[in-house]
Amino acid sequence: MYHIISIRDFERSDLDYLLDRAQEFDTGNYRPGMLDDKLVALLFFEPSTRTRMSFATAMARLGGRTIGVDSVEASSIVKGETLADTIRVISSYVDAIVLRHPKEGAARLASEFSTVPVINAGDGAGQHPSQTLLDLYTIRQSMPVDGIDVGLLGDLRYGRTAHSLALALSLYGVTLHTIAPGGLEMPANITLELRERGMEVVEHPNVEEAIRELDVLYVTRSQRERFPDSASYYNVASSYRITTDLLDGVKDRLMILHPLPRAGEIDPAVDCTPYARYFEQARNGVPVRMALLHEVMR
Amino acid sequence: MSRKDPSGGLLVSPIKNGTVIDHITAGEALNVLRILGITGSTRECLSIATNVESKRMGKKDIVKIENRELRTEEVDRIALLAPQARINIIRDYKVVEKKGVEIPEILRGVVRCPNPGCITNTNEPVASTFEVLDKGLHCLYCDWLIKDDIANLII
Repeated sequence: MYHIISIRDFERSDLDYLLDRAQEFDTGNYRPGMLDDKLVALLFFEPSTRTRMSFATAMARLGGRTIGVDSVEASSIVKGETLADTIRVISSYVDAIVLRHPKEGAARLASEFSTVPVINAGDGAGQHPSQTLLDLYTIRQSMPVDGIDVGLLGDLRYGRTAHSLALALSLYGVTLHTIAPGGLEMPANITLELRERGMEVVEHPNVEEAIRELDVLYVTRSQRERFPDSASYYNVASSYRITTDLLDGVKDRLMILHPLPRAGEIDPAVDCTPYARYFEQARNGVPVRMALLHEVMR
Repeated sequence: MSRKDPSGGLLVSPIKNGTVIDHITAGEALNVLRILGITGSTRECLSIATNVESKRMGKKDIVKIENRELRTEEVDRIALLAPQARINIIRDYKVVEKKGVEIPEILRGVVRCPNPGCITNTNEPVASTFEVLDKGLHCLYCDWLIKDDIANLII
């Protein structure tokens, strides 16, 4: 059985294969209705708009149907049921499970109790592999991923999308530039793991120093709850804000990505520049998730 | 428990039945007892020697436990604290089994994950699971890496 739990489980050839499949779905090179006999459970125990809706859209485009749980309050979890029991029962109803859960490792646990494939749609501060695939897919639409310079900006301590993406990029000979506020730097064990995988990781004190070297700038959301008070949040948030002034002298092919939702990290004026690719990135969630759903259920 | 050594030192007397754990990293004897669940309120007859001179290790600790033979999963726990330890199983004053300790590749239910957000720290029916790497213990659920203070995380 094929589960999609963590980017660590993938080799480069697996990622390239899934990205190629996503491209086929993106260009309409598939049979509509190819999953018309399939039913997927979308179990979202944490809020989500884009991820949940793009999985639902992907399933609908393939002719399949979805059932789901939208919150902990609406499930038997409030009655004290374990996730293991929930998964055991629901996996007997459906052909695959898409799970978002606040605890790290929840998707791994689910895969151990499920009788159908499990796709991790984000587990706490842990992994979010479908986001990473759509990030790679978006980069690959514009340039080969091999050997490029990618900057990660923002909360690199708790940002699961940044960790997953960095691990995936380490398979492509990418040079990683990290730019994070004090206290929100990439955890040392992840930096160590990236270097052990042969990746060059360069730390920068500010975005101005790095931005002209970059082919991709990946901006993550500063989460207000990580700061002791509003003043320190606004102080940090404003110092890491991307504005059009910052874009003078950058490479022509620079692409700015963001997993969204944004909370002020990117000035809306940047949306009109050719560098802004985050809405296209969000749109790419559908073909990438079509590829994942098809792959686990075929 | 002890008698006078002819050279003037003190020796811990042999035990009739039980386990002798020798070559424990100096200073770790009490942690070894803790992870074996042996506390002041248990009934085992114990001899503990700490910071004993050792040709091989410089200093070492020794623990003798009467009437108890260690199981493999208990030995696994000891290996985390005292990788050079030697386990001697004693029956009727004779060593009937002598084995080293070996840290297994996977530790299941041995060490608690220090990440409060890890799914293994909930009421889910799973045991913590770590793979043993040169750089530390890696949680197979949440990817947390434990590099030090392992003694306090042993379940």
